[in-house]
Amino acid sequence: MSQIQSIQPIIEARQLWKEYGEQVVLERINLKVMPGEFVSIVGASGCGKTTFLNLLLGTQQATRGELLLDGQALDPEPSPERGIVFQKYSVFPHMTALENVMLADEFAQSALFGRVWGSARKALGEKAMAMLERVGLGHAASRYPSELSGGMQQRLAIAQALMKQPRILLLDEPFGALDPGIRKDMHGLIQQLWQEQQLTIFMITHDLQEGFKLGSRLWVFDKVRHDPQQPERFGAQVTFDLPLASEGAKQAAAEQLQQVSNPTTISKEQQHDLSNAV
Amino acid sequence: MTRIINRQPAPLGRLVLATLPFILLALVYLLASDARLAENPSDKLLPSMQSFVEAINRMAFEPSRRTGEYLLWVDTWASIKRLFTGVGISAAIALLIGVANGMIPYARAPLSPLVRALSLVPPMAILPILFIVFGLGELSKVMLIIIGITPIMIRDLQLRTDALPEEQLIKAQTLGANSWQLILRVVLPQLLPRLIEAVRLTLGSAWLFLIAAEAIASTEGLGYRIFLVRRYLSMDVILPYVLWITLLAFITDYLLQLLSKKAYPWYHAQLGEK
Repeated sequence: MSQIQSIQPIIEARQLWKEYGEQVVLERINLKVMPGEFVSIVGASGCGKTTFLNLLLGTQQATRGELLLDGQALDPEPSPERGIVFQKYSVFPHMTALENVMLADEFAQSALFGRVWGSARKALGEKAMAMLERVGLGHAASRYPSELSGGMQQRLAIAQALMKQPRILLLDEPFGALDPGIRKDMHGLIQQLWQEQQLTIFMITHDLQEGFKLGSRLWVFDKVRHDPQQPERFGAQVTFDLPLASEGAKQAAAEQLQQVSNPTTISKEQQHDLSNAV
Repeated sequence: MTRIINRQPAPLGRLVLATLPFILLALVYLLASDARLAENPSDKLLPSMQSFVEAINRMAFEPSRRTGEYLLWVDTWASIKRLFTGVGISAAIALLIGVANGMIPYARAPLSPLVRALSLVPPMAILPILFIVFGLGELSKVMLIIIGITPIMIRDLQLRTDALPEEQLIKAQTLGANSWQLILRVVLPQLLPRLIEAVRLTLGSAWLFLIAAEAIASTEGLGYRIFLVRRYLSMDVILPYVLWITLLAFITDYLLQLLSKKAYPWYHAQLGEK
């Protein structure tokens, strides 16, 4: 019995549906995610992966079904259990890097002003500095985001999100706007943080190869049923749920994906990239 | 041959081109003035440079024979006081309501349509009402400025609040901010440079309403003086006053721009990127 409780999923979706009026976006989503998993989410544009992330984030609510965090229904608005890094605009442009990272603690310590002074500020500053150094931004603490490169801004956004020690970390195409070289550095960073801090991560990506490389699990969102007269009639499901934890699993997953014939989900080009990645 | 859209004047050329229209205007004036004065030495429409110097001397550096005051400075101080009071109060109201409308749906639902309707009322049309309600003192002049520019500033700041990326607001919520903290730390500081921009853009209208109010009921002020001496066709006073008002407006605008750049460097860096 205790065995079963100790492996309670951190996120569980039960018969989850999301509809906008007549249009069905997601249907019959049933998933369990264990603490410490790194879930890569891929799929064609408009297949509902962003909607799913918004459900996890709390900016949208499910039409039917349940989405549970540690067995409890999620708050219907964004809350500190969920960290988020967007592709853009994740950091506050009017604060220096250090102030950006200190902000979460300032909110917690001062309900009235959202700002602390004196020795309390110094203590928070040191804590935030440690986090900045962990993501490799120690030298840029006093710079404004506009003075940072795209990759540095994303490092800052990650540092900021980790200050709350969120139960789940959501990444919405976090590296989509970065140069390939920078992106590779960021992959190293996120993998390192994932292992060090035992995070549970959900990452949306357009780049199948990236999802393969980073994730311990890969979800492909796609429509199973099609009605050519009424494309909005059916929603997307998770058509592939592949473990990637070991090299062998990756190999098997790549082979499975290469047999997919539907070109809207995974193109030939991506399949080729995959065989190179594995 | 390079396209004209790709040709840039050199720094010196730019300076010459910038001053050229002013020199031309002055030249045209001098020629016209000379021509009229040659015809009729007592002509008042286009006074000579010498009459300007005398008029400026009389208004700014000699005490008035009737009151013993230095009129230009008295007028300037009275107008500036009214203008800054009006604009200051407008900016404060606009920031408050603009942010509330932009951030809190329950404030926006009743306030936004009201602001929109009020912004369509022509302020000059209700000037008589202001004089009736607030009397002929300082209050009605300041009120005209406030009524004239506040609705536009509110709408501007509401749009600026709406334009803040949704991602930032979501991020702040995941960092544990309540609504008040979010407005105080994330929204307000980002709106302050935009408020300065709104003030800069509405200063012209503020001067318009000030001079209109002073022209109708006042005992001192730049607008009052211009409309007073109009009766004597004193172009030698009116034109320097107009130039002086323009200069004051320019200096105010420049100082606001400077303040914005000093106080909010991150904002200007951001603009530069786009």
